[in-house]
Amino acid sequence: MPIHYYVILSATLFCIGIIGVLTRRNAIIVFMCIELMLNAVNLLLVAFSKMHHGSLLQGANSGIDGQIFVFFIMVVAAAEVSVGLAIIVMMYRNVHSVDINFLNRLKN
Amino acid sequence: MNNLLLLIPLLPFIGFLVNGLFRKSLSKSMTGIIGSGVILAAFVISLVLFFKVKGSGAPIVVSYFDFISVDAFRIPFAFQVDQLSSLFLLIITGIGFLIHVYSTAYMNGERPEHFARYFAYLNLFVFSMLLLVMGANFVIMFIGWEGVGLCSYLLIGYWFKNNNYNYAAKKAFVMNRIGDLGFLLAIFWIIAKLGTATYSDVFAQVGSFTPTELTAITLLLFVGAMGKSAQIPLYTWLPDAMAGPTPVSALIHAATMVTAGIYMIARSNIMYTIAPYTSDIVAIIGLATAIFAATIALKQNDIKKVLAYSTVSQLGYMFLGLGVGAYTGAVFNVMTHAFFKALLFLGAGSVIHAMHHEQDIRNMGGLKKHMPVTHITFLLGCLAIAGVPPFSGFFSKDEILVGAYNENPLFYYIGVAGALMTAFYMFRLYALTFLGKFRGTAEQQHHLHESPSAITIPLIVLAILSVFGGFLGIPAVFAEGAHTLENFLAPIFAASATYNESHTTGHHLSHQTEWIMMGAVTLLIVVVIAFAWRAYSRREKFVENRGLGKVLENKWYVDELYDAIIVRPLHLVGGFIKDVFERSVVDGAVNGVGRLIQYSSRQVRLIQNGQVGSYILVMVLSLVVIILILREQEVIFTALRRIF
Amino acid sequence: MSITEIVFWFLSGLALVSAIMVLLSKNPVHSVLWLIAVFFAISGHYILLNAQFLAIVNLIVYAGAIMVLFLFVIMLMNQGSEPEPRSKSMWIKMAGAISGGSLLLVMVAVIRQSANLVVRNEANDIVPKEAVARVGDIGLIEKLGNVLFTEYVVPFEISSVLFLSAMVGAVVIGKKE
Repeated sequence: MPIHYYVILSATLFCIGIIGVLTRRNAIIVFMCIELMLNAVNLLLVAFSKMHHGSLLQGANSGIDGQIFVFFIMVVAAAEVSVGLAIIVMMYRNVHSVDINFLNRLKN
Repeated sequence: MNNLLLLIPLLPFIGFLVNGLFRKSLSKSMTGIIGSGVILAAFVISLVLFFKVKGSGAPIVVSYFDFISVDAFRIPFAFQVDQLSSLFLLIITGIGFLIHVYSTAYMNGERPEHFARYFAYLNLFVFSMLLLVMGANFVIMFIGWEGVGLCSYLLIGYWFKNNNYNYAAKKAFVMNRIGDLGFLLAIFWIIAKLGTATYSDVFAQVGSFTPTELTAITLLLFVGAMGKSAQIPLYTWLPDAMAGPTPVSALIHAATMVTAGIYMIARSNIMYTIAPYTSDIVAIIGLATAIFAATIALKQNDIKKVLAYSTVSQLGYMFLGLGVGAYTGAVFNVMTHAFFKALLFLGAGSVIHAMHHEQDIRNMGGLKKHMPVTHITFLLGCLAIAGVPPFSGFFSKDEILVGAYNENPLFYYIGVAGALMTAFYMFRLYALTFLGKFRGTAEQQHHLHESPSAITIPLIVLAILSVFGGFLGIPAVFAEGAHTLENFLAPIFAASATYNESHTTGHHLSHQTEWIMMGAVTLLIVVVIAFAWRAYSRREKFVENRGLGKVLENKWYVDELYDAIIVRPLHLVGGFIKDVFERSVVDGAVNGVGRLIQYSSRQVRLIQNGQVGSYILVMVLSLVVIILILREQEVIFTALRRIF
Repeated sequence: MSITEIVFWFLSGLALVSAIMVLLSKNPVHSVLWLIAVFFAISGHYILLNAQFLAIVNLIVYAGAIMVLFLFVIMLMNQGSEPEPRSKSMWIKMAGAISGGSLLLVMVAVIRQSANLVVRNEANDIVPKEAVARVGDIGLIEKLGNVLFTEYVVPFEISSVLFLSAMVGAVVIGKKE
């Protein structure tokens, strides 16, 4: 498949994630949109990995780094989600809401 | 020789630095020794130089470095000691030394740091004055010129806690600035025309000026001299300058600084000689000032004011001498005037000192028996200034008057009238102060005493000089060729003399007539003195002046006139600018900027709303913009270029 | 149109539609389900690109573990039924949508002009580079495992430390006082 297709697909998914972050006020949905953005990047990395594997052919393992990266991103994402959800739970316990508009402490 | 020349101004400058910087730690006696010592040393060096110049007859010119150096144009920092400047050097350092010694006693009541400040100023003044006299070009002269103006300001306002004194200081400074502007313009003109300001070059090329230019330049120079030497219309600062300590009045406002204008014109005599209109103007203004100030002096009651107006009057005589081409007479009068006016001021200071700062002569009288030394020296000074032969004033004044007669007999008659007035007001002053009965309070009478020797010795020295100083310039009518000063100064005025000989228009006075005139004037003076003596020696009551007397007492209301035509309109303009322009435009701009920033920051603060979402929004938008800029720089720049 | 392309278009469409539905659905639980659909579509892409290991990991970790965690949290808060309050003004959403859209526009423009993504073929025509589908073995677990435990063994171990600290952090934060 031409690489453009993948790149534009990933960009579109990423931008949908951004729009979600900007428009939704439910902290959990915002968090999910961030996951969506991470996945868009993952897809892009895999596509580029395969592109390099196909076009460079410098060795049997060329392009494999991209997929290793994706692996690590998933690892980090998992860790991030565990911490992030814990924070959301704590926030809910404190203000009984997950509306991010309550998180305006930065103002002061 | 170079170092010797440099030492003369340098020594007072060192004295200024030492006294000025260590004024808090130096004792009074130490300050006095340093302050007077440096002047004495400068005097000794001046004496050496004087005899050197007298011996060789050639000016000593030493150039140290380029003060200004732009392309081919340069103003060297150079000193020139010739007959004229060596004479002034002697007057400045000699009388300066006497007055420094006098000051150690006169200012003894001051606190040590103020005492040292006084001496620092005085030394700085001597330094500036020496610079003025020794400079080999107009620029160096101007530096000294400004320096003495500054010192005059500082010393008039020496008792800066009295606001009136500060006003007097400011008045002197501003009046001097008006004159300085003229001087400065003249210097610029000379430099623009000739590309040099060095005396020898300028005077050698004086023929390259057109008559109009020469008249304009000399008039501008004369404006400078007017300011510094207190001529009409810029004379009003000098009487007010009496606010300063009396030795300052003696040194700066009688003996030295005010003669700077005379020095300047005498220095550039050739320019005045061949600019006939200017010479006439100088003579007329000098004569007018001489008469005008003398009339005011007739009715003044402040001992220092009388002397101040007398100074203005005498300066007028000197300008008359310069205007009629009697340069030697003018310089001669500078010298003798320095002697007797310094003497009179110091004597007045001695009286004021004894009277505990009482200056009104109506409250004095009968001081003769309390202060014998002061009395005798003061009397000698009065005789000298009145022009009684054979005292010094007689010779110098006579020489100027004879010069005036050669130019125009009318000048002579008016000048004689002024001389008679001089004799009158001086002896009125003398009689009211020293003769008759004491009219002050008993308290003052109890404290009357003769001044200490630091005051009386300078008085005696100056009295001797006042009596015998005139013999330096015995006129040709007594003995041909006995005019030592004329012979000495001849090289300075040689060019003018040559020019005058080839263009002579005036009639020459025969010795016969001169004898008769001299005798008649002397007789008149003696009569006037006798009249004043009789009229005032037993005066007990003083009636309010009326009519002309009141006008004279109020100095012809000149201060009020200046106030009405110059100061008030300026105040009005200033008030308008302050109230309208300043408030609405300047303040408006300043406050407007402040208000705009406050307003805009209040608006900008709204962006900082604490909502993470809005921050991300801005982030995303910025990302878009950055990518656009990176990708489309060419397009954006072209578009911007098209817009702007 | 080859079978690869058909699968590609199908998966892409599925991913985009599901992603949009994540935003649009009012109920957070539905959002989670739509997001799982997106992850399935992306896993499908991975398989298409012969990255089988990542496809499986993606399903297990994201669709399995993470999304289940999300569901747990949502249910814990009893948020499922109540919709988000819509009182907030509309223009914030408009602004978000417009800025996101313009970012997409700009990125697409950049991608279209990028010289790094194109290559000249034998006929000297400019053609886009290919992401080879269904061939190549770098996505297989054997190859990846080899690289991961030789070249990337240190980051791998460090990531375990990261996990540990994340776990501790989650426990500390989530603990009741």
